[in-house]
Amino acid sequence: MTLNGWSQIALFCAVVLALARPLGGYMTRVFAGERTILSPLLAPVEGGLYRAAGIDARHEQPWLAYALAMLAFHVLGFLALYGLLRVQALLPFNPDGQAAVAPDLAFNTAASFLTNTNWQSYGGETTMSYLTQMLGLTVQNFLSAATGIALAMALVRGFARASAKTVGSFWVDLTRATLYVLLPLCVVYALFLVWQGVPQTLSGAVAATTLEGQAQTIAVGPVASQVAIKMLGTNGGGFFNANAAHPFENPTALANFIQMVSIFAIGAAMTNVFGRMVGDERQGWAILAAMGVLFLAGATIVYGAEAAGSPVLDGLGLGGGNMEGKEVRFGIVASALFAAVTTAASCGAVNAMHDSFTALGGMIPLINMELGEIIVGGVGAGLYGMLVFVIVAIFVAGLMVGRTPEYLGKKIEAREVKMAMLAILCLPLLMLGFTALATVVAAGLAGPANAGPHGFTEILYAFTSAAANNGSAFGGLTANTAFYNTTLGLGMLFGRFFVIVPALAIAGSLAAKKTVPVSAGTLPTHGALFVGLLVGVILIVGGLTFLPALALGPIVEHLAGGLGQTFATGG
Amino acid sequence: MARQPSTRPFSAALLGPALLGAVTKLDPRSMIRNPVMFVVEVVAVLTTVLFARDVLAGGTDLAFSGQIVLWLWFTVLFANFAEAVAEGRGKAQADSLRRTRTETTARRLAGAAEEVVPGHDLKVGDVVRVAAGEIIPSDGEVIRGVASVNEAAITGESAPVIRESGGDRSAVTGGTQVLSDEIDVRITAAAGSTFVDRMIALVEGAARRKTPNEIALNILLAGLTLIFVFAVASIPSFAAYAGGAIPVIVLVALFVTLIPTTIGALLSAIGIAGMDRLVRFNVLAMSGRAVEAAGDVDTLLLDKTGTITLGNRQATEFRPVRGVSERDLADAAQLASLADETPEGRSIVVLAKEAYGLRARDMASLNATFVPFTAQTRMSGVDLDGSSIRKGAVDSIIASVSPQPMATRGSGAAFAYSPGMAGETVREIQAIAEDVAKAGGTPLAVVRDGQLLGIVYLKDIVKGGIRERFAELRRMGIRTVMITGDNPMTAAAIAAEAGVDDFLAQATPEDKLALIRKEQAQGKLVAMCGDGTNDAPALAQADVGVAMNTGTVAAREAGNMVDLDSDPTKLIEIVEIGKQLLMTRGALTTFSIANDVAKYFAIIPAMFLGLYPQLQALNVMRLASPQSAILSAIVFNALVIVALIPLALRGVSYRPVGAGALLRRNLAIYGFGGLLVPFVGIKAIDLAVTALHLV
Repeated sequence: MTLNGWSQIALFCAVVLALARPLGGYMTRVFAGERTILSPLLAPVEGGLYRAAGIDARHEQPWLAYALAMLAFHVLGFLALYGLLRVQALLPFNPDGQAAVAPDLAFNTAASFLTNTNWQSYGGETTMSYLTQMLGLTVQNFLSAATGIALAMALVRGFARASAKTVGSFWVDLTRATLYVLLPLCVVYALFLVWQGVPQTLSGAVAATTLEGQAQTIAVGPVASQVAIKMLGTNGGGFFNANAAHPFENPTALANFIQMVSIFAIGAAMTNVFGRMVGDERQGWAILAAMGVLFLAGATIVYGAEAAGSPVLDGLGLGGGNMEGKEVRFGIVASALFAAVTTAASCGAVNAMHDSFTALGGMIPLINMELGEIIVGGVGAGLYGMLVFVIVAIFVAGLMVGRTPEYLGKKIEAREVKMAMLAILCLPLLMLGFTALATVVAAGLAGPANAGPHGFTEILYAFTSAAANNGSAFGGLTANTAFYNTTLGLGMLFGRFFVIVPALAIAGSLAAKKTVPVSAGTLPTHGALFVGLLVGVILIVGGLTFLPALALGPIVEHLAGGLGQTFATGG
Repeated sequence: MARQPSTRPFSAALLGPALLGAVTKLDPRSMIRNPVMFVVEVVAVLTTVLFARDVLAGGTDLAFSGQIVLWLWFTVLFANFAEAVAEGRGKAQADSLRRTRTETTARRLAGAAEEVVPGHDLKVGDVVRVAAGEIIPSDGEVIRGVASVNEAAITGESAPVIRESGGDRSAVTGGTQVLSDEIDVRITAAAGSTFVDRMIALVEGAARRKTPNEIALNILLAGLTLIFVFAVASIPSFAAYAGGAIPVIVLVALFVTLIPTTIGALLSAIGIAGMDRLVRFNVLAMSGRAVEAAGDVDTLLLDKTGTITLGNRQATEFRPVRGVSERDLADAAQLASLADETPEGRSIVVLAKEAYGLRARDMASLNATFVPFTAQTRMSGVDLDGSSIRKGAVDSIIASVSPQPMATRGSGAAFAYSPGMAGETVREIQAIAEDVAKAGGTPLAVVRDGQLLGIVYLKDIVKGGIRERFAELRRMGIRTVMITGDNPMTAAAIAAEAGVDDFLAQATPEDKLALIRKEQAQGKLVAMCGDGTNDAPALAQADVGVAMNTGTVAAREAGNMVDLDSDPTKLIEIVEIGKQLLMTRGALTTFSIANDVAKYFAIIPAMFLGLYPQLQALNVMRLASPQSAILSAIVFNALVIVALIPLALRGVSYRPVGAGALLRRNLAIYGFGGLLVPFVGIKAIDLAVTALHLV
């Protein structure tokens, strides 16, 4: 670990923090329907869209109607994307002649992009036509991100409102998130990427002759536009198979830095939106602080583990940090930080191969996802996931001050606890359940490339990434099989909607409650004590469940490595 | 009933029945009420069956699995024992109550005739006659007569109380004894649903239903249990991948230690003990919900008289208007008060005697008729020899001498002035009254035959230490509102002296109700106490309504708690007990969850050592062997339940220091304590287990 490395991490944190407030202020105004700097340009477009769709922007929905609108929208989105994937060979903008996508892969991919996961069982440049990339994948990148933001807004309104029946309009939130937040940022961002050297073209692959005289096909395409939203919307689905390690997706150190910042930007700003909407920005900062503590702890461990390298290689006289699977142009700190960022937020873009990290370096991304993508998290999803944990933490701690637990004046009662537990339960069930299945059936055991604990980690990582809607691949796992495509696809869908619907139910029941005024008997939720409590509850309730699995995967791998042991064969 | 608050959770007499109760509660039909412990019972049965099979088939490690099975059963039994002990303490009280419910006969009035019927045949609406020496057959309301009644059977207080028709002391309770005189009582409760019956059901826990907070907590615990089902159920596959297998008994041990058994086992005991603590304070809560609500109270409405000030105001001074001597005023005031048995009335008689040597005269010899106080006239006095003397609230007295009817009185209108009055004296009276009121006293105007004589200065004596109690409440985040019939100025002075946050002066029952509604509309929970029939709507509206036992049937029905001592100050203790109940739940839940860290570190390395010997590094406690580690964890898990029973019954101590400080303290004790204690405890048990060669 070097001073330079720490400076990069510190700079990254500083920029994310500096952006949170202005972006949060802008988004708060957008979702309140107030005038913003872009209103003159976009308000007519917004109004036109509502008129075309027959939506009354002033009509708000109760939580159930909101949830049904969201689900209906997703069913249609799923069918459209699935259909597009199946028939892409017949459609235009397919200069490289990509064939139709197989049913299981199409299911997996549709589920993946619909749920903001962007798990890719395919290599983009060898599977998807430009039309699919643009009209299918990029569109879903926008919509799934906008959905996450919309749902977070609904939950925040639940806290902010009192004795209200409605939590907002899904259609309006979705439109505003896309139109005012994601699109403008992405336009600027894509132009920046083009300046940095990312291609944006509809022409087919370029044929080149290498210095050795070999023929080489260089894949290009409308890359910049997809990369912008894949980062900003925490989608993470790369245009190319190598994702952000590919020089055309992530060409320079500056591009790499901005990509990391853009993964966190909206998620961090959402905490500020939350604070503003409940009338006390400190509440937002407290949430962000809890996220920050977990993030820095994780980033430190990854960086430390990668910088320390592998004791087995040390024994062979190959000392120094672990550079296996990393781009030399990024080096250890930028790769370690990227890994921590992309798994803390539910982005899943990678600029290094996590499979090649040290055991502990690979365990942190795993834990980040197992906690439920609440460390900044997916745009919107991180906030509502975190608020679910807040409810559990408040419930336990609130009792300890001798009152029915309350958060921001809302009493936390049976219904909220039930829904919060449902949302929390769903992740270990999917992650551990599917892993348990895959480690005993032949189709599952055929997947991992490595034997022993590392192979186990590859399977666990895949299902964890899917259920947490992260989408990053550990690598090493052959996932484009009917078994993995189906199980991972189901994991992504359940992992998304079994969290969203309870979160919306909480929004509805909170909105209907009165707001209890603050008194000296009210538990303060903006101080260090609360942040510490929240972190503790997240680690114990959210994290401990995975200790047996982690012990059999990265932990034992790490311990064995320390003893100079490897797991070459068998398993 | 036990009067002394006992702090000893276990007494020898209770232990026997509790041990028996622990076994009978193994019935799955009663276990299912407690999801966490029910799950433990299910896995205990499962492992017992597996163990029996192994014994018959000659399996290995029988001593180890046998001990685990045993400790699983102990875990369930300890939980049941905790509940049985808590219930046992209530049962002892119920038994002493039940003894009062002897079978009685009643003299039922049918028209003019009387018929003797068994007490349990009485129906609601029947009228019975009860004479001195007889037991009142059932709950009812006095409709004729006045009697002194011994209510020791329910209140433990042996001094007789007066019960009379009309007014706020008309309720009588079945099982109490009439000591003097004769009353007619209209029965208001059928057999089996009387006050004593309800008390018995409450203290026995028979009527116990889960409170909202308990339900929420149970959901959390069930959720955590499910999470650990997933965590443990996936292990066999993971182990198979690693090329091994984990014995079921070890998986069960891990599962049972991880799920929140500590709080699961003690949850109902905590609830029962909370009700019990109230009973020991001589307060009966009609539901656990009310006790919880008490902990949440934001606003306390306190009647000034009896709560904030000593009930009796003392006359300390006579202040006549110009042209009237102090002695004249004292004389008239004394005459008006001769038949007034209120403490205030008596203090006027005494002051007149002490200051001016005026002897109290006999009403009969004066041929005087007493005019009692009513809520409408708000004055009392005497009529004698064509002359009438009245004393009462200043505005009422002024109104009575005014040619016009008074304008409607409302809170805030301190001294409604009737225009057209012969102003001079009225203004003077008002000025004196204002002076008195500003000083926190109560002015009582005296009038003789339409002529205003002056003011009697009644001084309210604020109770010692009450100011500190209110400061304490403020630190708890509770706002106190003093309710008084006094005018705003008097109220303000007393409010300032007592240190309440706000006051409602010249409060009518409607004002009280309106205030409660207003507070509730802001999302606040309101507690109040009351005794009169006109308090009933407010008592019913309040989230915590404490009815005084001396009060009317209507008040007792409307409130959700009854204070048998009829001491309004208890509202403060009730709030603390409510908070203590919630805190105890929270503290033990936190402790239970925090325990998991150590348990993981005990069992995970032990469990997986056969698969990966490298995991020995996780055995941070350096436990002797995998079997001793697992056994120690499960023994610790069971014993910690027993160790915490006293805390569950006694409750976590509450200190009014504000929520932040309270959380910091409890988090340090039960959060960090919960992390550390099991590391120490499991290590200690492991040493013992190894020393005794148990595995």
